[in-house]
Amino acid sequence: MDWQAFLLTVRLAVLVTGILLLLGLPIAYWITYSRRRWKFLIEAVVAMPLVLPPTVLGFYILLALGSKSPVGVWWESLTGHTLAFTFEALVIGSVIYSLPFTVQPLAAAFSTVDQKFVAASATLGASRLRTFLRIILPLSISGLMTAVALTFAHTMGEFGVVLMVGGNIPGVTRTVSIDIYDQVQATNYTSANQTALVLLAISFVALSLVYALNRRVWALWPWR
Amino acid sequence: MAVEVIKAGGNLSPAAPAAGGAALNARIQKRSRAHGGREFVLDLELAIPAGITILFGASGAGKTTLLDCLAGLLEADAGRIIVNHGVLFDKAAGINVPTRQRQVGYVFQDLALFPHLSVEANIRYGLAKIPADEQRRRTAAILESLRASHLASRFPREISGGERQRVALARALVTDPALLLLDEPLGGLDAPIKSAIVDDLRAWNRAHQVAILYVTHDRGEVFALGERVLVMERGRLIAQGTPQEVLNAPRQEAVAQLAGFENIFDATVDATHETQGTMTCRLAGTAVTLEAPLTHVAAGATVRLAVRAGDILLATSRPHDLSARNIIPGVVLSLEQRDFMITAQVDCGARFEVHLTPGARDSLQLHSGREVWLVLKTHSCQFVGPGT
Repeated sequence: MDWQAFLLTVRLAVLVTGILLLLGLPIAYWITYSRRRWKFLIEAVVAMPLVLPPTVLGFYILLALGSKSPVGVWWESLTGHTLAFTFEALVIGSVIYSLPFTVQPLAAAFSTVDQKFVAASATLGASRLRTFLRIILPLSISGLMTAVALTFAHTMGEFGVVLMVGGNIPGVTRTVSIDIYDQVQATNYTSANQTALVLLAISFVALSLVYALNRRVWALWPWR
Repeated sequence: MAVEVIKAGGNLSPAAPAAGGAALNARIQKRSRAHGGREFVLDLELAIPAGITILFGASGAGKTTLLDCLAGLLEADAGRIIVNHGVLFDKAAGINVPTRQRQVGYVFQDLALFPHLSVEANIRYGLAKIPADEQRRRTAAILESLRASHLASRFPREISGGERQRVALARALVTDPALLLLDEPLGGLDAPIKSAIVDDLRAWNRAHQVAILYVTHDRGEVFALGERVLVMERGRLIAQGTPQEVLNAPRQEAVAQLAGFENIFDATVDATHETQGTMTCRLAGTAVTLEAPLTHVAAGATVRLAVRAGDILLATSRPHDLSARNIIPGVVLSLEQRDFMITAQVDCGARFEVHLTPGARDSLQLHSGREVWLVLKTHSCQFVGPGT
């Protein structure tokens, strides 16, 4: 088992989950409460990674981050090296790839919060931010946990986008799924099996958590 | 104060408090579309003083829509809302104070207590802008005054319906609102608990003197509270006054139905008797005539008359020597018991509903098919509007 690849993957998954929470909370809030007519376009863009082949997504991300793109040029002027095939590129690619896994459970949870609570909060003088932090978010806690679990597990296991934008550089962009692929190519089945089992276990635990939360058998929250 | 019946369109009569003296002054127009696609128009004007004003109307009359507009949860299409001289909304001037700055206390029909916060945290929620020790002091004080101190650390799901209603009231009152909106806040409570909470509310308002709009569709509650009542129907204000005034002297069919006039008839005025102050009306399609108090209609006009089922007497032989002017023979069609009230349907050519006690039924040995005489006083026959 390649511990370097494993730790790198965990680091990637934690970072991506953190970034996606920061991005996903406002996006999900906007999707839930906006009355703009073109909202469906944003919803479609957010859901795109669900249906696009990872290679297609990875290809465009690679183009967008490449040394000829504005982002790539800006990054190079800032840091002195190119963005493609770095850990940072991996983070950006994963954030885009896992976006729907954060936004959709959050938006679904927000939309089930009774609007009467939001109205009551407003009549009690609370700002929108306070209403969100004190009412909507606590009442969406199972959706939040679902988003975290799904995003983490999804990022842990991704392959196509990682390969396209990160390549396979040990210690930099080589994640467990790519490691497994390499081991299988080298007919190193025992090692591949070990790593695969770890991923399998993580996915199973994450999904069990999601279903447990959404069936509301969880006893952690006293008001359920 | 005399009863004021307001013409459709919602103009206040001159007897209403002047704009300067009212704690709440509002003119609101709001179009909305119900789920059925049916358009609903709220169009009314109100000026109410400090104290409890009951907002009465059937479901769908627009009571909650009105409260939501006052609280700023819905934006009116046109109009103005002024609370204690402060303009909260003025469409023409482009003023629309957001809900969170309106200082409007709102107890929702389903209370909307935050389920994840304790009773104390629910009440403190509206006090975020003041120091923590002051928050604690005021929370304790309001819980005390509503006799709910023992509930402070409980969660909404752990307390009874009546306790929840007290907590919701406390949460609204603790913020010192300038206007209090109560949307059927005491629905489903037993009368003693209800009146205890209302007493507490009155005590609170002696010190605060704000306008309280108390929504109900329960006739009994209107009489129990016994204060100023506004009657709403289909988005309009159709009458106001004390409950007795509004409900006992219905001059509009909507009020009559709301007030529990079980018998409403189309009739033609056969003759008017100016010297007696009465008129003789024949119920449409029948030979039944009723003597009713005189109103300003000419003979031959069609009118609607309303009679309370409880105001009709039943006799099993033709009564003599009565002051009542209307004695009508008929046949009992059916008798139905609900709790301790018997509802009899009597066919006199027109069908009358009559309410009586089980004791009266037994001593008269009433059964369907029995011949009876209905006895109605002239003043039990109310004119409620022109006929259709």
